[in-house]
Amino acid sequence: MSALTANAERSPLPTQVGSLAGRSVLRTLRQPAMIVPSLVFPLFLLAVNSAGLDAATEIPGFPTDSYLTFILAFPFVQGALFATMNTGQALAEDIENGFFNRLALTPLRGSALIAGQLGGLVVIGLLQATVYLAAGLFAGAELAAGPLGVPALFALSILISIGFGGIGMFMAIRTGSGETVQGTFPLLFVLLFFSSISLPRDLIEETWFRTVATVNPVSYLIEGIRSLFVYGWDAEALGLAFGIACALIVISISISSLALRERMVRT
Amino acid sequence: MSRSPYVSTALGIAWRSLHNVFTNPALLLPALIFPLFFLAAFAGGLSAISDTPGFEYPPGYTTFVFGFVLLQASALGGIFTGFSIAADFERGMGRRMLLATRRRSAIIAGYALTAAVRVLVTWTIVTTVALLAGMSVGGDTGEIAALYAISLTVNVIALLFAAGIALRLRTLQAGPLMQFPIFMLLFMTPVYVPQALLAGWVSHVASVNPLTLVLNTNRHLLAGQTAELFATYAVVLGLICLLAAWAVTGMRRAEAAG
Amino acid sequence: MRATQDNSIEASGLERKFKNGPLAVAGIDLRVEPGEIYGFLGPNGAGKSTTVHMLTTLLPPSGGSARVAGHDVVAEGPAVRAAIGAALQEAALDPHLTAREHMRLQTALHGLPRAERVRRGDALIERVGLADAADRRVSGYSGGMKRRLDLALALVHGPRVLFLDEPTTGLDPQSRAALWDEVARLAREEGVTVFLTTQYLEEADRLAERVGIIDGGRIVAEGTPATLKAEIGRPGIEAVPVEPGECGRVQGVLARFGEPVPAADGSVAVRLEGGAEQLTDIVRALDGEGLRVANLELHAPSLDDVFLEKTGRHLEGAGDGPETGEEPLPAGAAA
Repeated sequence: MSALTANAERSPLPTQVGSLAGRSVLRTLRQPAMIVPSLVFPLFLLAVNSAGLDAATEIPGFPTDSYLTFILAFPFVQGALFATMNTGQALAEDIENGFFNRLALTPLRGSALIAGQLGGLVVIGLLQATVYLAAGLFAGAELAAGPLGVPALFALSILISIGFGGIGMFMAIRTGSGETVQGTFPLLFVLLFFSSISLPRDLIEETWFRTVATVNPVSYLIEGIRSLFVYGWDAEALGLAFGIACALIVISISISSLALRERMVRT
Repeated sequence: MSRSPYVSTALGIAWRSLHNVFTNPALLLPALIFPLFFLAAFAGGLSAISDTPGFEYPPGYTTFVFGFVLLQASALGGIFTGFSIAADFERGMGRRMLLATRRRSAIIAGYALTAAVRVLVTWTIVTTVALLAGMSVGGDTGEIAALYAISLTVNVIALLFAAGIALRLRTLQAGPLMQFPIFMLLFMTPVYVPQALLAGWVSHVASVNPLTLVLNTNRHLLAGQTAELFATYAVVLGLICLLAAWAVTGMRRAEAAG
Repeated sequence: MRATQDNSIEASGLERKFKNGPLAVAGIDLRVEPGEIYGFLGPNGAGKSTTVHMLTTLLPPSGGSARVAGHDVVAEGPAVRAAIGAALQEAALDPHLTAREHMRLQTALHGLPRAERVRRGDALIERVGLADAADRRVSGYSGGMKRRLDLALALVHGPRVLFLDEPTTGLDPQSRAALWDEVARLAREEGVTVFLTTQYLEEADRLAERVGIIDGGRIVAEGTPATLKAEIGRPGIEAVPVEPGECGRVQGVLARFGEPVPAADGSVAVRLEGGAEQLTDIVRALDGEGLRVANLELHAPSLDDVFLEKTGRHLEGAGDGPETGEEPLPAGAAA
C-alpha cells in the first residue's frame, strides 16, 4: 500500500484533462434529455422560422433570396446557449451531490477541471455543428464560402460554444445550484433574440431595437457565421466574430477560474 | 348561504396556489416575462416584415404580434399552472388534496381557477405595455371581450393538457413534456406573417393547426375585422371537452397511485 | 505534540468559525494513533463533518492546527490529500457512470500508470463485492452498493489514513455490517488509520477502538467505549408491573436499590447503586411485597448514557438536522 502511494505521483495535466473530458462526453451522451433538445429545438426553430419568415426575402435590401440560408446561423448560436446550460448544469450537479469534493481530494488541478469540462463541450459542439450544417444543406441552404468554409464554420461555432460554456461553468461554480444555472437560460435567450438574428441590422426599422442589436455582441457572432453562408469570406464579419468569441472565452474562463479558486478551497 | 363542497374545494385549492404564486416571484415572473420578451423582440426586431408585399394588416405590426403574444401568454399561463400541479404532487401535497375531498375533479377546477387569475394579471400587464408601445386596436368593446374570452379558453386548454401530464407523471421533470408540445404548436402558426404569406411545410401544418384558427381570430378581433367566431368557439370548446377527459383520467391515475 | 508515526491524526485547538457567527468547531484536541479506528460520535449539528472537512483539507481551519499522516493540513495540503482517502457524508458518485468508469477516472486523477489503473480498479471492485455490477450505471445501485463503491474509490491510491463521514447512514443492517467488516479489516490487516464519524451508538460501540464524543463543537468525552461507560458506571434496571396500578409500589421497592431515572409509561427504572449482582435481591424484594412484574430488564450503561451525563441530553434525536447551524460545507463558501 505504501509503495502504491509513493508511486502515484501527480498525474500529468493532459491525463487529467483527457479523463475529465471523456467523462463529460460520456455523461452528455448518456442523457438524451441533455443532447436531444440541443439538437431538436434549434432545428425545429430553424424550420419554423425559415418557412415562417421566408417572405422577409422580399424586403428591399435583403441580402439573399433564401431565408433558410440567412437564418442558418441561428441553430449554431442557439446550440451554444444549450452548451452553456448543459455544461453549467453538469458542474452544478457535481457540486450539489458532492462529486466535486471527491475531485478536490485528488491531485486534480483547477485548470484541468475547467479544461476537461470544456473539452467535453468541444466534442458535443462538433456533433451539434455537424448536425446543423447537414440539416441546413439538406434543406437547401447554401454555403457561399465553399468547402473551405466548413472548418472555419466549425472553428467559430466551437469557440462560441466554449465562450458560452465558460459562462455556464462560472454560474455553476459561483452558485453551486443547477436551478440557478437553468434560470439564466431566459436571459441568454433574450441576448439571442435582441440581435440581428432575424433581419440584417440595417433592415431593422425600430431604432431602439437596432441600437440594442448593434451593442449586443451576439449580433456579431451571428453575423460572422452568417457571412460564411451568405457572402463567403467577409473579413470584417469574420474578424469581429472570432475576436468577440475569443474575448468571451478569455472573460468567461477567467471568471470561472477565479470562482473555482474560491469554491475549491483546498488548503 | 353555504357553498357546495365542490366549490369550497376548488376555491380552497385556488387560494392556496395563488398565494404560493404571488408570494414567490420566481413562480410568477416567467409567465410574465416571456410574452413581454416576445412582444419586444418581434414587434421591435421584425417590424420591417410588414413592408413585405401582400402583408395586409391595417392596425400595424405591433398589433399583429400582440395577437400571437396574447395567445402565447394564455397558453403559458396554463402550462405554468401545470408545473405547480406537478410540484404539488411530487412533494406530497397532492396526496393531501386527494384525501381531503371526494369530488376530485374539484381539484382540477381549483387549478383552472388559479390559471385564470394568473393569466388575468399577465394580460393586464402585457396589454398595458403593448398599448404604451403604440399598439392600435380597431375592435370594439364586444370584439375585445370576445378576444379575451377566447384567450381564456386557450388558457383552460393548456391547463387541462398540462394537468393530464402532471397528474400522470407527478414530477417536475415532466415540465418539458408539458411545455414543448404547446410551444411547438404555437410556433406552427402564422407567427410572423399572415397565413397567406407562409411558405412550405409550415403553411400546410398551420392550415390544420387549431391554434391557427384562434390566432387568426385574435388578429381579426383586434383589427375589428370579421372573425370566424363560431368556428373558433366550436374548436376551443371541443378541445376543452377532449382535454377535460384527459385531465380527469389523469386524476384517476394519481388516485390509483396513492 | 508531534506525530512520531506517519499515519496518525492529531489536532490542537482546531477551530472553525461561521461568518459573523458562533464556532462550528470550538477548539478540538485529539490524537488518533496509527492503525486505530477512532469513532467521532455526536448528534446532527455537533461539528463532526466540519471537523472532517478540516482534517481532509477541504476547509481551512480558522484557528488551531492539525496534522494528518505527518503533514500539516494547512501548509501541506497536497501531501495530506495524497495520504488520505475520504468517503464523505454523501456517497459522491456520478449517476451516469459505471463503477468501472469511476475507478478509471479516480485512478487516472491519482496518477496511477495506465496498466495499474485497470488492475487496481478491478481489484477494489472485486473486494467490495461489486464485480457483478461493475458495468452498470451507478444510478441503478442501492444505497449499500453506492457506499461500497464510495469506500473503494477512497482506497484507490492506497491511503494510510481513511476518513469516513457517517458511512452507514441510511443503510440496511446487512449492508452496514458488511461495511463494518471491511473497515475493521482495513485497520487490522493493512494498518490503515480510520477516523469515523457517526451518530449511531452501536456503530461507535462495535467498530471504534476509541471514541470521541462531540457536542456543540467541543469534545465532551473521549476514551474507549468500555472506559467511557465505566465512568458512568452503574447499570440500570427497568421493571414493568403486571398491574399498571402498582407502578408506585414497584417504584418504592426499587428505590431501595438505587436512584429513580426516567422510564417509559407503565414502567419503573432506577440506576443501581451496586451492580448487576443486586438483581437477585431486587427479585426477592419484589416477591416479598407480593408484586408481580411482566418484564424485568437490566440495562448496561450505553454511550447515550455517557452523552446524557456530559450534556444533559440524549444523543439520539438531539440534533436539529444535518449539520444545521453550520455553514454549508464545500460545495460551500470559504470563511
